Amino acid sequence: MRAMITGNQAAAWGARLAAIDYLPAFPITPQTEIIETIAQWVENGEFACRMVTLESEHSMITAAGAAAATGVRVFSATSSQGLLYAMEMLYTVAGWRAPFVLANVSRGLASPITLEPDHNDVLAARDCGFLQLHCATCQEVLDAVLIAYRLAEDAQVRLPVIVNLDGFYLSFTREPVQIPAIHQVSKFLPPFDSLGLKFRAGKPLSDAMAVLGGTPYSYFRYQNHLAAMRAVNAFTSSAKAFGDAFGRHYQAIEAYRCDDADVVFLMIGSFATKAKAAVDRLRKAGQSVGLVRPFLLRPFPVDDLRKILDGKRGVAVVDQNLSPGTGGILHKELAAHLYDVPDPRPVLVSFVGGLGGRDISNDEFYAMADVTREASEQGRPPPPRLLFTRQDWREMRKLQAIAHARQSGGAAP
Amino acid sequence: MTETRFKSMKDLPARHLLGTGTALCSGCGGLEVLHETYDLLGEKTIFINAAGCMTLLSVYPYTPFEESWLYTSMASAPAGAQGIRDAFDILLAKGRLSPGEDLQTVVLTGDGAAYGMGLSATSGAIERNLDFLYLCYDNEGYGNTGQQTSAATPYGARTATSHGRRGNPGLKKDLFAIWAAHRPPYVATVVGAEPLDLARKIERAQKIRGPRLILALAPCPTGWGYNPEQTVEIGKLAVRTGIWPLKEFIDGKVVHTKIPKQRLPVTDYLQRQGRFAHLFTPKPNEPLLQEIQARVDAYWDELACSNQNTAD
Repeated sequence: MRAMITGNQAAAWGARLAAIDYLPAFPITPQTEIIETIAQWVENGEFACRMVTLESEHSMITAAGAAAATGVRVFSATSSQGLLYAMEMLYTVAGWRAPFVLANVSRGLASPITLEPDHNDVLAARDCGFLQLHCATCQEVLDAVLIAYRLAEDAQVRLPVIVNLDGFYLSFTREPVQIPAIHQVSKFLPPFDSLGLKFRAGKPLSDAMAVLGGTPYSYFRYQNHLAAMRAVNAFTSSAKAFGDAFGRHYQAIEAYRCDDADVVFLMIGSFATKAKAAVDRLRKAGQSVGLVRPFLLRPFPVDDLRKILDGKRGVAVVDQNLSPGTGGILHKELAAHLYDVPDPRPVLVSFVGGLGGRDISNDEFYAMADVTREASEQGRPPPPRLLFTRQDWREMRKLQAIAHARQSGGAAP
Repeated sequence: MTETRFKSMKDLPARHLLGTGTALCSGCGGLEVLHETYDLLGEKTIFINAAGCMTLLSVYPYTPFEESWLYTSMASAPAGAQGIRDAFDILLAKGRLSPGEDLQTVVLTGDGAAYGMGLSATSGAIERNLDFLYLCYDNEGYGNTGQQTSAATPYGARTATSHGRRGNPGLKKDLFAIWAAHRPPYVATVVGAEPLDLARKIERAQKIRGPRLILALAPCPTGWGYNPEQTVEIGKLAVRTGIWPLKEFIDGKVVHTKIPKQRLPVTDYLQRQGRFAHLFTPKPNEPLLQEIQARVDAYWDELACSNQNTAD
């Protein structure tokens, strides 16, 4: 079935087709449509799933992990402040090795409080032990949820997975989405087998016990890491099985028009589709540019990245996040992964933009391509750039004038 | 009073389920209550724990429990119980679990979680009518971190963060009343030193479904400053001085299960504990001691009044 649906509805469809047993929920913009959609199906009797609204995301993730540890298939969803409110439990349930899928609808973090998207929320969770898939289209959201369950429940992995979609740009944007038939999905995704690791009377299980000393602590932490590392191969096999079943093929890193490119953009999420459009236009103008888009961000597919960037002269890393005091987070990760690549290594140029839903225009993509090409010719990068145009500046001046006028009782600034 | 199989001490379980050799302090009043409660609950119990002293019961690779255990966090043990209970109910409904494999969900936390950080999760679980038992061992302070003042610390007690001559300036939060205000099916106070009263309450709680609280005063030799062998005595004094009323909230009414006929003066309880020593030396702080006594008297006077009223 092909339908025009939003990213949120696509996430809900993913959960429905995965035949989830349990949905612990808590509303937050721009995620709420996901749980409302599922709630309506449950209410109508179209879908047998138990939904419980918790009193916080912290409790929601606790309930999600506890239910997964009891052997049911669990889905949940949140955004932004909610993801951070749950942060303690993200680390905790990943350590329980409780496999379930959490959709995060990206939204900038306070302060200032905003509803619109960037990636500081999901990247704050990058070290928590969840795997991460980052979607660029509504179709990808549905498909990623299904692939995520295969990945999470893989015997070699057994970790929770975050499927990330950008607020507004995907959450509230309708796109044509192919909704697969449930019988096809159940072949790709058989019922959850918790492999005997579940709470049952007569089979005592102590989960999440305390440890004393660094040896057992290190052991269990390394286990979490090694399981995440095994998810690179597990992703490849899951994505292949998905491609065979549904004809849509996913790579850990999407490389768009990269083969003969000198300069590439590197981005995650829906804004990468803007970069794609810019690449097409720049190609028309005779520039050899491409786009590199990690779909799998945790674990980081380092080998794929190195292969794709082999021979490239410059990489424009566009971070929709900001780590105050150091800059773009992906830029730093990329630099770390490329440090021991033999010369000639590509020059990495750091751009920060698209914060709080601010658009990135074609002109800005052209400018970033120019700056990166120039840097690659000089062999060294310029200082990181924070995207902010004259127009942004004028708009800000207007707002400041109003703020000042209110403070000074109407007197001109 | 409803029928009980616990007529005398001889009726208490002879078989003890909780293993020995744990990392807890000798004379722990919380452990005393857990021992007594677990024997009554039986093996088919999963404990869902929040950060506190009891977290140290299950330290890899040891556990004193016959059955399962899940440590969650300080704030969200009731939500852990929600996830487990819901999962069991889903599996039962879908025929993927035989009733014999089911476990009763018991939240086990101290007062730090129960009175403070976990209160929002608790309130949510009660409102959702979650079928679980909450066992709170109330040692009246953040015991596991060295007895700092918590919302359960009594007025005047000295703690690691209330050093002054007047001790803790706050009043102990009334968790019993907070629970009762949610209108759950069952709330009770207990103390390990009164095992028969405790057994009858666990017996009653087990016959009921829904959110149930067993709020246990847990005398703490380390945090309260007395010798471990006096835990039972201190517990009994808490009841006989009227400081710790034994009561239950059932069918929407509060019933006192053990009303001390002749209340002992509160000083009998206070002066046995190092945490109140500053109220007696170098000389007794009479105004503050009288204040504590007056509060206890007012509680029981009010109760006597309301009982008279209902008798009319």
